[in-house]
Amino acid sequence: MNDHKQREYPAKPADVYLFGTCLVDQFVPAAGLDAIRLLEREGIRVHFPMQQACCGQPAYTSGFPEEARAVALRQFDLFPQPWPIVVLSGSCAGMMRQHYPTLFAHDAPRLSQAQALAERIFEFTEFLVQVVGFSRPDRAGPTTVALHTSCSARREMDVHVTGHTLLGALEHVQVVKHGHEEECCGFGGLFSLRHPDISGAIANDKVQEIRKAGAQHVVSADCGCLLNILGRATGPEASSSAGEASLTGEHIASFLWHRTAEVNV
Amino acid sequence: MSTVSRTVAPDFSERSRQAIGDEAQRTGIRGAMDFLQSKRKAQFPDPQELSDLRDLGAAIRRYALANLPELLQQLEARLTANGVQVHWAETPEQANALMLEIAARHQARLMVKGKSMVSEEVELNHAMQAAGIEALETDMGEYIVQLAGEKPSHIIMPAIHKTKQQIATLFTEKLPGVSYNDNVDVLIQIGREVLRKKFAAADIGLSGVNFAVAETGTLYLVENEGNGRMCTTVPRVHVAITGIEKVVAKLEHVALLNSLLPRSATGQAVETYQNFINGPRKPGELDGPEEVHLILLDNGRTQAYADPQLRATLQCIRCGACMNHCPVYARIGGHAYGTTYPGPIGAILSPHLLGFGAAYPLVTASTLCGACADVCPVRIPIPDLLIRLRNEAQANPQAARKALRDSGAKHHLLLTLVWRIWALLYGRPRFYRWFSWCASRFGALAPRHQGAWTHTRAPLIPAPRRLRDLLPQQNRLD
Ligand code: SF4
Repeated sequence: MNDHKQREYPAKPADVYLFGTCLVDQFVPAAGLDAIRLLEREGIRVHFPMQQACCGQPAYTSGFPEEARAVALRQFDLFPQPWPIVVLSGSCAGMMRQHYPTLFAHDAPRLSQAQALAERIFEFTEFLVQVVGFSRPDRAGPTTVALHTSCSARREMDVHVTGHTLLGALEHVQVVKHGHEEECCGFGGLFSLRHPDISGAIANDKVQEIRKAGAQHVVSADCGCLLNILGRATGPEASSSAGEASLTGEHIASFLWHRTAEVNV
Repeated sequence: MSTVSRTVAPDFSERSRQAIGDEAQRTGIRGAMDFLQSKRKAQFPDPQELSDLRDLGAAIRRYALANLPELLQQLEARLTANGVQVHWAETPEQANALMLEIAARHQARLMVKGKSMVSEEVELNHAMQAAGIEALETDMGEYIVQLAGEKPSHIIMPAIHKTKQQIATLFTEKLPGVSYNDNVDVLIQIGREVLRKKFAAADIGLSGVNFAVAETGTLYLVENEGNGRMCTTVPRVHVAITGIEKVVAKLEHVALLNSLLPRSATGQAVETYQNFINGPRKPGELDGPEEVHLILLDNGRTQAYADPQLRATLQCIRCGACMNHCPVYARIGGHAYGTTYPGPIGAILSPHLLGFGAAYPLVTASTLCGACADVCPVRIPIPDLLIRLRNEAQANPQAARKALRDSGAKHHLLLTLVWRIWALLYGRPRFYRWFSWCASRFGALAPRHQGAWTHTRAPLIPAPRRLRDLLPQQNRLD
């Protein structure tokens, strides 16, 4: 259960900033484009500061706070207007909302900047549900999917709730609950490289559970987890487990857009 | 199924690889963890009650630590007044020496032991054995582990890594006249019969302590098998051993903490036995030991105490819930950690006990998923402490501020340089744009083998065009 304070949400704004995150920018750009389409269809202007890079999380969790601060600081000046900042990955949103204030705890002027910034950070699904009140008819055929929520996103941003709300509202989508749904997928950023065997074993179990639940498609609001799960599902050991249906997946922004777009793209 | 324990691999990665490869053990541990998780969940149906209780638990433990020196003094004074002899040990060697001294004074040959992780921490059994004294574990799980020549793999359930078939084989091999039977009740009965005889013959009973109450000089001990009560009442001498952090200010704090401990640990509403030990047998009393001792061990705990953030480590009430919910522990079990305390609590505590030499792999072996902190009854922010410990281990050893005695032990110039370069790339928009542009342009050339990543996964290939290259003009904010 989560027991952080209930957040107060603003009315739907005319403009938002989009923080794409480095993984979306480099590996899953379609998720960024689909997120923009979804927001614009709701009458919101989306601004993507071209100077943005990374939230600094990898250095922070690896124990390099100096380097994390250097990168985090660079993102501070990118959002001069008082618009909400929508972040396309739950764990990055968590970093900016929960950990920026910790990172600058000993630097009073920057701390207040960090706190002010943190107040404007919204994870994408949180923003769609709580601020936009997203509700669009499902225009695609029946399908069965599983939802994976990154752990930090769930614990820091309640993304599992908003993710399920969005998917649950789609008429022809059956969202199956998979075993150990709340459990980590084994990504953990650099953990996946430092302890590949443990990480692989956890990811493997996650893939098995999703398949066992009868889903061939996994949806997530976190690109890190998604790359990990799909990487494992199509990895070197995957081919040896014969008879397994393939597992595909996409960012929840793309999934929502594909299901609700009037002309399917 | 063999009871011969596999040869212990020297390093964490190898040990965890072996553990992951042991399908039967992994399934067993997973099943046990799932069972404990659901039992804990059933104990806390009301999230608000749980949240409030955790606040209380954390406050009680924080209060005790904020007043640690005073409370320890008060504890010593009260215990002494109650007739308990209090000893202080800075190191495991000192703790063992104290123990041997007491044993020598009573010409002890046999010691029966209740469950005590601190006695594992100081390797008391080895020290006793070396002095020719038999130290016999009487907690069923500990007994099994001792019989097998292993160490506990879980702080609450020491033999959780063993199947009943393995235990049956072990008993058949090690206990004369016992034939194979893998019925759990029968197995427990066999073990109990062996142990019963020993209680009466023992010279010393050893136990741990769950909480030591400063205001009353009470040693509080919980258990489920009654062996703890036997160890603390039957032999002439009772020696309790515990860490200095186990003190609480008031008796009423015990009641509150105990409304969290068994429910978090095993999903029991309450333990079968709760022992409040106030001192030796008084004149006219019919039972109880003639002498009671308490050994209070530091062994690195003051290092954690000295740091305002890392002090939270000492809030721990050793319920084991963090390991029961840990995705890493569930895959590798307790032995792979190679430390007395495995799992998340082991990862934050061991650096103080052992230094980063032995404990650093534990500090890195976490996805920071936070499942541990979510269930910790005293709200220890375990992921935050892990991040801090990662930082301490890799800090520049020349830096002025050193929080731990071996801060910087894992400092690598190359790794530090890599992060500097990373910060340079990601902290300078122009560099990042150039670098990520190259990555996407030449993404097709990305190597098929990407080190540890492609060990178990398909390679990561950057998209041919980045999001920023694909953005419609109206969304670009230069
Ligand atoms: S750290 Fe928390 S959850 Fe883990 S054993 Fe200690 S009290 Fe229990």
